[in-house]
Amino acid sequence: MGWLSKALSGNLGQKLIMSLTGLFLISFLLEHLLSNLLLLKSDGADFNAYAEFMKTNPVIQAAEYVLFGGFIVHIIYAAIITAKNKKARPHGYAYNNPSANSSWFSRNMGLSGSMVLIFLIVHLKSFFVPHKITHSATMTIYDDAIITFGNVPYTLFYVAAMCLLAFHLNHGFQSAFQTLGLRHPKYTPFIKKLGTAFSILVPAGFAAIPLYICFIR
Amino acid sequence: MNLTVKVWRQKNSKSEGKMVSYNVKDVSPDMSFLEMFDVLNEDLISKGDEPIAFDHDCREGICGMCSMYINGRAHGPKTGITTCQLHMRSFKDGDTIVVEPWRASAFPVVKDLVVDRGAFDRIINAGGFVSVNTGGVPDANAIPISKIDADAAFDAATCIGCGACVASCKNASASLFVAAKITQLALLPQGQVERAARVEKMVAQMEAEGFGACTNTGACSVECPKEISQDTIATMNREYYAAKASSKNV
Ligand code: HEM
Ligand code: SF4
Ligand code: FES
Repeated sequence: MGWLSKALSGNLGQKLIMSLTGLFLISFLLEHLLSNLLLLKSDGADFNAYAEFMKTNPVIQAAEYVLFGGFIVHIIYAAIITAKNKKARPHGYAYNNPSANSSWFSRNMGLSGSMVLIFLIVHLKSFFVPHKITHSATMTIYDDAIITFGNVPYTLFYVAAMCLLAFHLNHGFQSAFQTLGLRHPKYTPFIKKLGTAFSILVPAGFAAIPLYICFIR
Repeated sequence: MNLTVKVWRQKNSKSEGKMVSYNVKDVSPDMSFLEMFDVLNEDLISKGDEPIAFDHDCREGICGMCSMYINGRAHGPKTGITTCQLHMRSFKDGDTIVVEPWRASAFPVVKDLVVDRGAFDRIINAGGFVSVNTGGVPDANAIPISKIDADAAFDAATCIGCGACVASCKNASASLFVAAKITQLALLPQGQVERAARVEKMVAQMEAEGFGACTNTGACSVECPKEISQDTIATMNREYYAAKASSKNV
């Protein structure tokens, strides 16, 4: 298998891993958003039942390890590629005008990704750790979510993080297909539109739930 | 028109460089950007100063030598042209123009605005060709190629190796240059025999030269004087993954 690890250690190999993990994380976002919609049902029984299922089902347990692995690999390769790319231009320009040729989102994937990572750590600490790891939670996960999102600063932090996730996906979605070489005059225009729609609607969907709980409910 | 030109001056590859400001008087709007530099250099020579070293050759947009990073963009503010095709009418009287060399670790500065683009030659040497034994000239219509493929191969073949793609990429990636050659030869019947080996060797050389990894910002295609498409980079990626997965070269 020496050929495989060699193929995956070059720039193009590392980008292949970035794009596959990125697309995998995108599929996870969709699943997570759909389950969050249960928070909108006011008695919380369905959300709690769903959380209980996620906590105990062995297939989901296995998938959870794959998901953590996906995040870790994506983040490690992001760091490796970003560091390599910095080294490729040790002396920058005195005067540069990159906005003339590329979007801000595409040039700041490291920044938007790092913000998503900070959010992720806070987010895991709020829900995953007390309910799944330490079992220190004193209430159901539904009640916990309602109380947590009732906190205005927490909800605003959540909404800001979703904006950065939107920035990340705005470039990342279509970029992953380009990296994989999946580009075709018939399908690429559709992929780009789908990517824009996904990058707006999914983070907006995530943000809407705490906003609803905090300010409307 | 009268201009202020701020230029990167660097004695040789070892020395530290710096930006130096010059006033250039009586510039005609019809001059090309390189002619404006000729005027400035004449002036420097008459004053006994060292003229500014810059690369140029054809002065008609086909050799790719005239590498200048002008006001934050490769080959200046216009798209689809080289520096020699840029005219002073694109600037206003009294403007300050900043001119720097291409910046990439794989393109070391030799002097002033001149960089060493030997890395591109070594990438082409690694596989950017079709090996043929010379013999009788075949009939031009002996090898059928579809019109769509012929056009796409020709579009990719218009690359002049200028390095604007590397210069404008935030990662100093050479993907567009390498992908253009890989795409051109992958589309043509003559390129098939060495197809898998070519992409493996050229990509390996590109990485050995220290160019960055592509993050698909698309800056290269916008700044490329030949407007080579991002299609080529997707083609290179596809060719590379397919070659790595299926070639018998373990
Ligand atoms: C739910 C979370 C995330 C999703 C859905 C996601 C998705 C993606 C996708 C689809 C790409 C494009 C890959 C490509 O062009 O081949 C990408 C690129 C990138 N991601 Fe993420 N990502 C997430 C989290 C993160 C985190 C936490 C970080 C960093 C700490 C990060 C850093 C990056 C960087 C730097 C790139 C650009 C690398 C490149 O284009 O080569 N991402 N991401
Ligand atoms: S791809 Fe375009 S920008 Fe890059 S070297 Fe070729 S002609 Fe120049
Ligand atoms: S001098 Fe030949 S392309 Fe400009």
